[in-house]
Amino acid sequence: MPKYSFAEAANAALRRVLDEIPETLLYGEDVGVPGGVHGVSKGLHKTFGDRVFDTPISESAILGSAVGAAMFGRRPIVEIMWSDFFLVALDQVVNQAANVRYVSNGTMTAPLTIRTQQGNSPGAVAQHSQNLEAFFLHTPGLRVCMPSTQQDAYDLLLAAVHCDDPTIVIENRTLYHGAKAEVEINEGVQPIGGLRRRRTGDKATVVSWGAITHKVLEAAKDEDVDVLETVWLNPFPWDEVLDSVRRTRRLAVVHEANRTGGFGAEVITRVAEAGIELTAPPVRLAAPDLRLPAAPVLAAAVIPDTATIAAAIADLATRG
Amino acid sequence: MSTLLDDLHQMWRSRLLEEKIRDLRLAGEIQGSVHLSIGQEAGPVGACSVLGPDDALFATYRGHNWAVARGVPVEGILAELLGRETGVNGGRGGSAYFSDVAHGFHGENSIVGAGAPLAVGAALAGKYDGSNRVALTVFGDGAMNQGAVHESMNFAAALDLPVIFVCENNGWSELTPIDDMVRNPILAERARAYGMLGERIDGNDPAVVRDRVGDAIEAAREGGGPALLELMTQRLVGHYIGDAEQYRRPGELEAAKEKEPIAVAKRKLAAAGVPQNQIDDAEARAREEIDAAAATAQAAPLADPSTVKEHLYA
Repeated sequence: MPKYSFAEAANAALRRVLDEIPETLLYGEDVGVPGGVHGVSKGLHKTFGDRVFDTPISESAILGSAVGAAMFGRRPIVEIMWSDFFLVALDQVVNQAANVRYVSNGTMTAPLTIRTQQGNSPGAVAQHSQNLEAFFLHTPGLRVCMPSTQQDAYDLLLAAVHCDDPTIVIENRTLYHGAKAEVEINEGVQPIGGLRRRRTGDKATVVSWGAITHKVLEAAKDEDVDVLETVWLNPFPWDEVLDSVRRTRRLAVVHEANRTGGFGAEVITRVAEAGIELTAPPVRLAAPDLRLPAAPVLAAAVIPDTATIAAAIADLATRG
Repeated sequence: MSTLLDDLHQMWRSRLLEEKIRDLRLAGEIQGSVHLSIGQEAGPVGACSVLGPDDALFATYRGHNWAVARGVPVEGILAELLGRETGVNGGRGGSAYFSDVAHGFHGENSIVGAGAPLAVGAALAGKYDGSNRVALTVFGDGAMNQGAVHESMNFAAALDLPVIFVCENNGWSELTPIDDMVRNPILAERARAYGMLGERIDGNDPAVVRDRVGDAIEAAREGGGPALLELMTQRLVGHYIGDAEQYRRPGELEAAKEKEPIAVAKRKLAAAGVPQNQIDDAEARAREEIDAAAATAQAAPLADPSTVKEHLYA
């Protein structure tokens, strides 16, 4: 099996869909000739010519044209360089892409894939650090996933491009150029949905997604807990999560996004609605409701770190 | 004159459809906000006559007349607005956001200017699928100040995409005069900044629209890139049904009624010696069609709530 970094794994998935699906197009700001500011689309313009191209710095036009092209039989894959930049063009995602199939009563479809990356990295400023998955999860009609491993960088992107719904793949730039790992690339395309059980245990269920999952796994390494990475946030694997909580009867949700209105609140609410009696109050670890400061030392004080997560999990596992 | 007579008939179909919609709205049978384009019928009739079946049309929330001109059955439009199962979108679209892909009408849009990026995408798809498709997106003068429209014009120009941007300039950005919202009132001049053709034309004459839009389409199909056409027209009714129209300037509406396309076409036909019974027949045939379509639509079953969760995902 080849060994890939996260960025190389995403690149391999893009190469495969461009090769196997003639309807795919890949474009965005600096995506073509430069190969993407994070290097994810490196070399693809050279191989696939004008199916991989650069665009003006125009997020509305990028996203909207992808919706329009998808309505006419293409399978565009577009990049929003930083998820914060979605906000200048949210109309094209929330009001346009998400409505195409439903409002047309199924006579039109918009099978596009939007790749973006988010999260905080040292020195990133407040407009390059936000975690916005809840915005999209609040919009029926969109599919959303967040890979955190090299294998999932490949598998989820592949599944997203094959999905007939508008699908947002949220990567995390702190992962792009880390360690390489073996990636299985000959598997068939996986269906969308499902989760990754990263650790098995009986004392608590810890639900997490995105890059912070790595901190969660480090924090939980000596604990007897289930760690469920919900790589697909829509469709969300409710049955599996609820089954785990029914067994462990303790629940923690960990995400890098802000607490208020974050998707962690939804997970806890659904557990409550399912009537699962917990032996300890649920725990929600998230960024406090702050803007993100640029100084690394300040940013580190905002985002939950491994020690904080470890203490919370250890405490939860023994409570009640 | 036979073309003008046909155009008059087509314009009457739009006019009478919208009058019917107005009546049904005032009677409470149609609910919600309805935006009419009475007085603006020449643009759609002229422009749609030069669109091919594979071409894409994206309209605005004031789009009933574009749908009719594109060939969408009036019964399907009325049923849609009445919330009937037989509506073009089974009641999911409504007055401001319906589509009929079977007739090449890729939708209205109730977000001002938001159809422009979609049209760019339709044209982009055509670059790869061998269809030689041209995309036409229509919006009002108010939308000329929306960022998405500017992004789309530059994007289409930079990539030489065959997109025809049609601005229906009726002088009103919803309830506000366009002159107060721009320094240069000649909106077509903005095209030059993007390196594309920009023309202000008489939007009340279907033959002029057919001619100029036809030329722009032909040039775009041959690789000449996008164009912006500013159709000068007027809206004889409010922004929405119920609009008190207190913003109207003295004498404006009277002047507009002199210029509106149906009045002009009738005068031209009479002056050319076309018999009055033929001129009247263009209206009578349209009225018969609309009345019958309305009766059928009203008799159709309401949309079925048990299907409301269908079609959200593949």
